[in-house]
Amino acid sequence: MTRDRSFLHERRRVALALPVAALLALAGGYLAAAQAAPKERVIKLTVKRFEYSQKEIVLKRGQPVVIEITSLDVPHGFSVPDFRARADIVLPGKVTRVKFTPDREGTFTYLCDIFCGTEHERVEGRFIVRT
Amino acid sequence: MAIDRREFMRLAGLGGVVFASGLPGWARAQGYGASAEEFFFVQLSDLHWGFSDPKVNPDFAGTLQKAIAAVNGLSQQPDFVVFTGDLTHNTDDPRERRRRLGEVKEITAALKVKDLKFMPGEHDASLDNGKAFREFFGDTHHTFDHKGVHFIALDNVSDPAAALGEGQLRWLAADLASRDRKAPIVVFAHRPLFDLLPQWDWATRDGAKAIDLMMPFENLTVFYGHIHQENHHMTGHIAHHSAKSLMFPLPAPLSQPKRTPLPWDPNEPYKGLGFREVELEERGVKVAIEELSVVKRSAA
Repeated sequence: MTRDRSFLHERRRVALALPVAALLALAGGYLAAAQAAPKERVIKLTVKRFEYSQKEIVLKRGQPVVIEITSLDVPHGFSVPDFRARADIVLPGKVTRVKFTPDREGTFTYLCDIFCGTEHERVEGRFIVRT
Repeated sequence: MAIDRREFMRLAGLGGVVFASGLPGWARAQGYGASAEEFFFVQLSDLHWGFSDPKVNPDFAGTLQKAIAAVNGLSQQPDFVVFTGDLTHNTDDPRERRRRLGEVKEITAALKVKDLKFMPGEHDASLDNGKAFREFFGDTHHTFDHKGVHFIALDNVSDPAAALGEGQLRWLAADLASRDRKAPIVVFAHRPLFDLLPQWDWATRDGAKAIDLMMPFENLTVFYGHIHQENHHMTGHIAHHSAKSLMFPLPAPLSQPKRTPLPWDPNEPYKGLGFREVELEERGVKVAIEELSVVKRSAA
């Protein structure tokens, strides 16, 4: 009997310990993830005929970015084909957000892909992604 | 007869590289369209009438006329001439746009062949959604049939976002729905329908949807402009052929950091400029292409 009760007591302790351990592990995981995930970087850009406000932007590999872009005149585009990131349209006076995470090093073009006039082909810039 | 004509042009110093694409289905489809005849047409593209930088093309006001004289000088005249867009160089002024479009219409009227098919490019149509173009040349997308071959002219430029749009894709699907899978079909567009180089805006936003619709057809070929150079690309069994410009050549994909025009070479004037003739043989399902220069060169 005594042995039996002791056994039950042991089982209860184990039963209690398991959820606590799971919770601690889960919380630890969240904390680790929160520490590991780089903070999102917000970059403000404007575009007008026929240039972006920044022609070269250095990014950190693996750090998510949000491009907040506004047109100062006519509708424009914003596309980063290498990261499959694109705005449907960038309208005057309205903030358009494009999110992506540069997952590799190198130099990558961003460009206007909505025809905006004679010098449309000039409306572009470069992301330089470093570790 | 076709070989004789090509030989004549080579000897006359007009001929360029011959590129022939025997499409996978053509041998099996030889019996298709018993009434079809062999014929050829000429593709002119990217005239950019109104462009006026002499450093890029000192003969900006005369290259188009030279090309027209070259076409008129062919030993046999084509059945028709198709202009695959960017007839004019862009301008913000709607009146100037119309003046340039009107001049293109007047100048090209000097062609001996009178069956002319005009299509818009983004320089003609993107700033007013094709309004001025339609006033001069009619619909921006259309179909026609010629000697057993079905032709489809698509518009991927009137929307400044370079999309065909759901409406045009439905129209294309309806046009193709009743056609024989072996039927000879030629598709014209200004911009590449596939992602040639999105980093240089050489793509069509929803072009993949159009290619999906075309894929069941065994004898379908695409001709386009926009990139001011020859490029030959396959999406599955479908060949896509881009044409040279009549104003300035552009660099090969990623051959330089920016897609700026190649400079004029005084030692080789008109280098990189030209037009092409396209012959539809074997009852319209075999395509033979010949690239021609604007001015005569010594035979290679």
